[in-house]
Amino acid sequence: MTTAATPAIDLRMEPDPHARAAMTFEQALAELEQVVRRLESGEEPLEESISLYERGEELRRLCQARLDSAQMRIRQIVVDADGEAAGARPFDENA
Amino acid sequence: MPASDPRTDGESAARLVARPQPGGNAEPLGVSELAGLLKRTIEERFGLVRLRGELSGVKHASSGHLYCALKDDKAVIDGVMWRGGVQRLAFQPEDGLEVVATGRLTTYAGRSKYQIVIDAMELAGEGALLALLERTRLRLEAEGLFSAARKRPLPLLPRVIGVVTSPTGAVIRDILHRLTERFPVEVLVWPVLVQGPDAARQIAAAVRGFGALGPGAGLPRPDLLIVARGGGSIEDLWSFNDEAVVRAVAASPIPVISAVGHETDTTLCDHAADRRAPTPTAAAEMAVPVRADLAAGLLEATGRMRRAVLRLTALGAERLEARARRLPRLESVLQPQAQRLDELAERLRRGLQDRVIVARHRLQRQAGRLSLPLLRQMWRSRAAALGRVPLHPRLLERRFGREMERFAAIARTHRTLDPRAPLARGFALVRGARGGVVTGRAQAERERRLWLEFADGRVEAVPVSVRERPPHPSPASGAQEDLFG
Repeated sequence: MTTAATPAIDLRMEPDPHARAAMTFEQALAELEQVVRRLESGEEPLEESISLYERGEELRRLCQARLDSAQMRIRQIVVDADGEAAGARPFDENA
Repeated sequence: MPASDPRTDGESAARLVARPQPGGNAEPLGVSELAGLLKRTIEERFGLVRLRGELSGVKHASSGHLYCALKDDKAVIDGVMWRGGVQRLAFQPEDGLEVVATGRLTTYAGRSKYQIVIDAMELAGEGALLALLERTRLRLEAEGLFSAARKRPLPLLPRVIGVVTSPTGAVIRDILHRLTERFPVEVLVWPVLVQGPDAARQIAAAVRGFGALGPGAGLPRPDLLIVARGGGSIEDLWSFNDEAVVRAVAASPIPVISAVGHETDTTLCDHAADRRAPTPTAAAEMAVPVRADLAAGLLEATGRMRRAVLRLTALGAERLEARARRLPRLESVLQPQAQRLDELAERLRRGLQDRVIVARHRLQRQAGRLSLPLLRQMWRSRAAALGRVPLHPRLLERRFGREMERFAAIARTHRTLDPRAPLARGFALVRGARGGVVTGRAQAERERRLWLEFADGRVEAVPVSVRERPPHPSPASGAQEDLFG
């Protein structure tokens, strides 16, 4: 698990925005936690530790960006005659 | 109405043929007539009744009408509910339910029946409602709709939350407020009625509608749904026990939090959802984490990571230094080799010197034997040896004369053997037409032409026998004749 997990999505090698978006906050956080544990175990070779650390920093940035970009946006579904979602309009509590 | 009761007249029952009764107006009624009278009487007398009883023989016709019977322990009455009424029913009628039906009594003359045409039907009290709820619950549970194995984990941090609830009131306000407080997020509110006949249909449609959103819909598909309603009586919450709602929630491709009523109320929708929240506010808390907590956690993880790496690199540096200290000095590594090199260089030098000395000795030895008088003496002795060799021209001349004589003899013999020599003495050599030598008569006769070769040239001849042979038409033959004849 320890070695197989890292190369799956290497953000350093793949600065593709879709690849970033594909990773949920949850996954990024879980992987960051794993990176921290591996580093703390002290069992990783030094070189591996450095790439692990870089990976961890990338994950941290990813998570932080997600936290920073959080913004409340509320819309209300507008249904068509068939009762299906036809669109949305800004939510108005008094509407 | 007939004035006299026919049963009081003992005679009339025994008569074979009916006759007009004395007293005038006792004409017999037709069956349809009676049916019409009964119908009118019953409909006038029971214009609208509320009838309580237990449903039995419930049958949904394909037309949408509902046929059933209402009964108690002694009596039964057939009932029918037309499609429009069935659609307005707040519950699903089934056998055994205690109901209160409101409707008009009427007769069905074709079958000598009376029945109730039900306009509305309600469950007969909360007990009946609970009984129905329990039965539905057991049925859906047997289907596995409430199975714990079906429950999915909620996403830690949903990007879009879909909320199915009334767009007005405290519920949506509480949810939005709590979400904003904890973790701002995108929310899509699907407005529905949460009470009343159409509520269940709308709620189920909203849950399905959210699940159906996808790329191209123009709306992001939520990764979490909240189905919510504030507290109320069991009747108020009834829509959330509706089978359609329960099935829609169970089948939702998006995880669902159900927050219906207060903590003590439990609806079937709660059972079917992935998580049940006691209140709308609690649903919002389940839906998103607190941003500050996440940020703090992230910071902590980052700190741990950095410290771990620093520790690792520090450790690495320490170990490196320790190794470096133990590393032997360069000179000491090279010293044995250097010594050996020196030694070999010395041996090389000495070896070369020795070799030169030996060579010089040999050279000196050889040079001692190499002197001018010695060379002269050698030269003289070789010259003397050369002088002793007897080499005179006469030796060759004698031999030459001998060979010349032998050659002359052979040349003479050769001349005598020349076949042309006799020609000078009058002999002639005869050759045939092709140049071959003709040596006999028979051969000559076979030749058409002969060449006679003399010492000074040759003459062509034709044998006589040829001339006597049938003549060849040849222009040359005439010339031949002239030559010999």
